[in-house]
Amino acid sequence: MNMAIAQQTYIVESRELLRDMENALLRLEKTPQDPEAITAVFRAAHTIKGSSGAFNFEAIVEFTHAMESLLEQIRSGRTPIDSGLIALLLGCGDHVSSLLDCLAADDRKAAFERVRDTGEGLLGRLNTYLGTERVPQVAEEPAREPAVESIGGATVASTGWHISLRFDRNLLRNGLDPLSFIRYLGSLGEIAGVTTLFDAMPEPADMDPEACYLGMELDFKGAVTKETIEDVFEYLREDCAIRILPPHSRISDYIDLINTLPEDKTRLGELLVKSGVLTRRELEEGLALQQRLKEEGGQTGAGHRIGEILVGQGAVQNELVDAALEKQDLIKKSKAIESNFVRVRSDKLDELITLVGELVIASAGTSLAARRAADVETIEAASTMGQMVEEVRDRALKLRMVPIGETFSRFTRLAHDLGRELGKDIELVLTGSETELDKSMVEKITDPLMHIVRNAIDHGIESAGTRSERGKRPTGRLQLNAYHDSGSIVIEVADDGGGLDRKRILAQAVERGLLPPGHTPGDEEIHRLIMQSGFSTASEVTNVSGRGVGMDVVRRNIESLRGSLSIDSVEGQGTTFSMRLPLTLAIIEGFLVGVDRSSYVVPLEMVVECLELSAEDRLRVRESGYINLRGEVLPLLRLRDVFEVKGDPGKRENIVVVHYAGHRAGFVVDALLGEFQTVIKPLGRLFERLSGISGSTILGNGEVALILDAAALVQRAVDNESVHHAHATESPHGHAFEQNLQANLS
Amino acid sequence: MIHVEIAAGGRRIAVVQGSMTIYEAAADKPALLGALGEATEMEIDLSSVVEMDTAGLQLLILVKRESLRAGKPVRLTGHSEASLDVLDRYNLAGYFGDPVVISPRTQKKTARARSRAARRRT
Repeated sequence: MNMAIAQQTYIVESRELLRDMENALLRLEKTPQDPEAITAVFRAAHTIKGSSGAFNFEAIVEFTHAMESLLEQIRSGRTPIDSGLIALLLGCGDHVSSLLDCLAADDRKAAFERVRDTGEGLLGRLNTYLGTERVPQVAEEPAREPAVESIGGATVASTGWHISLRFDRNLLRNGLDPLSFIRYLGSLGEIAGVTTLFDAMPEPADMDPEACYLGMELDFKGAVTKETIEDVFEYLREDCAIRILPPHSRISDYIDLINTLPEDKTRLGELLVKSGVLTRRELEEGLALQQRLKEEGGQTGAGHRIGEILVGQGAVQNELVDAALEKQDLIKKSKAIESNFVRVRSDKLDELITLVGELVIASAGTSLAARRAADVETIEAASTMGQMVEEVRDRALKLRMVPIGETFSRFTRLAHDLGRELGKDIELVLTGSETELDKSMVEKITDPLMHIVRNAIDHGIESAGTRSERGKRPTGRLQLNAYHDSGSIVIEVADDGGGLDRKRILAQAVERGLLPPGHTPGDEEIHRLIMQSGFSTASEVTNVSGRGVGMDVVRRNIESLRGSLSIDSVEGQGTTFSMRLPLTLAIIEGFLVGVDRSSYVVPLEMVVECLELSAEDRLRVRESGYINLRGEVLPLLRLRDVFEVKGDPGKRENIVVVHYAGHRAGFVVDALLGEFQTVIKPLGRLFERLSGISGSTILGNGEVALILDAAALVQRAVDNESVHHAHATESPHGHAFEQNLQANLS
Repeated sequence: MIHVEIAAGGRRIAVVQGSMTIYEAAADKPALLGALGEATEMEIDLSSVVEMDTAGLQLLILVKRESLRAGKPVRLTGHSEASLDVLDRYNLAGYFGDPVVISPRTQKKTARARSRAARRRT
């Protein structure tokens, strides 16, 4: 029973449509005449209505129907677009979204009940635009004799649509039921005739009670397009053979239909005649012609399709049909493009990537063994395989790459709403939307990004009044930009607001004891200050931001993704936040170092240089904890001490100089083992909080190497060094500041 | 759930209670066919059917077809709203050929459905 999966698809697709609709609405607000945007909104509402109908979600159908009516008025130009209308439609979109949430709730009825008032309110407002009171549910139409309905299909004019359905065996098992689709079709027009065929049903012993053996021939009357009918059966497409003949179709089309259906041909012909679609003469002529052609074709071997030949003989009349067919072709083409995409569950991809990771390790093991065996052929084979495996790994990782544009476009709505709330006019510019990054990253950066955008709109961009005073355009500009830069993705949020207020930050820092009075810090220090917890320079706390929680959380979030955040601000001209993040969390370019018999990986992008620690320095270094590197103090951290490795270091030790977030430190190790690209394996639960280690990986020889949490280790080295200093000498201002910062951090 | 009552003269009455859907179909099929096999005449009481889907309907079709082949009369009786709706959608009331009593409640419901459909069309 796959109802859950079908519904899941429906919900996912509806959400995508809602997002499209939202974007189109926001576009409409800027250019109210944009016909494409109007159509996009209309299409979204219409499709959601259609598929909700197929699933029998009455509440959503009713609501989207009201929306659609209003949109129809807008499309035909009877209702002008203003910002109030846009706000209403945005609200409606949100309501549909919460209705979708209701479907996932445990108690659907109660959930629907909770949002009913909102829905009623919105419907009321929709109706004021529509200019009609909502028609009450109870029928006011004079009741015809309803008993007639159950007879059905007696008289049919040939002006109707003819729909042929042959359901797939698995249809019911997939959680779909033809009934709901027929019910929905009935809501679009009048089902003038139904014939149910069950010729496919096997003998009782072979009949699987959960399989579907039915077929239907439907006659349908209604002012609809072929597309609308196809939409009705959209969800059935994979589980059902569907043929739709438009009104006034050629006789040949019907003959064609009869030929392609599995049932007995005479019987189907009779059926069509009975339902009034074909006259008996038309049927007989068509069949006779086909028979004649078959005989001729048997001799020449050319299997002409009857339709083609009828067209050739000029037996075809209706131009309307041609138009319909052309349209049908177009629809088919667009479907073909759509089907180039495959929806895959992300956990399946994750499994694949995990496997590929294992493959990389196994292949490294193979090439190691080959080298050890010193057999040329084996080495060659292993190296070819290694290359292929690397390629497979790259491709596999690319599968999870998604463009960041989708994340960006969510902010259009946020900027719009926030701007309204704060009375600011904001123009959001999105660039680099096609830049790709790992799907798991996308989810994790949304929150930090959201925070930065909120901040920029609330604090960054000034009110329209202040802006005109400063001689700027009254409309504030916020730009989101993304690009790739040497294995990382850089995401920038730039506003053209007032920039960071240096004076106020400084005053606050002094007041909070983060800086000694009279100290004039550089720009970088100022920028680091605003990322301290509890630091806020907003003169008032608003709904949106200014509570002082935030930038530090943002910074920590980004750092936990092995990324960094930098700020560039020019007073009076604006601020740019740049996040630099790795493209993926699954793979790391590492630098392998050895301590005793263990190996450790330092993320390569943090490694600046490597030095040899000379014998005479070694003793002194163990005392002081730092060396003089070209005139600068470089704090050192002996990994041997950090990880409490016993035993003596070898003849020589090396220093790996690591740079992180403006700090440098040296790690003292035994051996430098070189660059190494590796798949990160997360540490087990038990080791999650282990300081100094961020993950692990497996080397070609099967041994485990720990990945160093360079950020934390650098911090530790810097801490040690300042403590040393504070004890040793009178601390200069710079270091006191440093220490204060550290104290504040921890 | 199907409960088979044995009546006089080899007559069997299969009373369907609750749902007659794909969830019950696997159990319903042998119950119905079994009853048909031993009956000379069969009645399927649909008055307590609260939910029916296409799988349920297919079983009714199967039994009806087999009964026609075997020459044993099978009648559907007491159609509940839910079962009648399904028979109507597939327009199969004629195939089964049983008299259907339309209750006042059913009438009101269909009228409402139709007016709603009419509104949507505009």
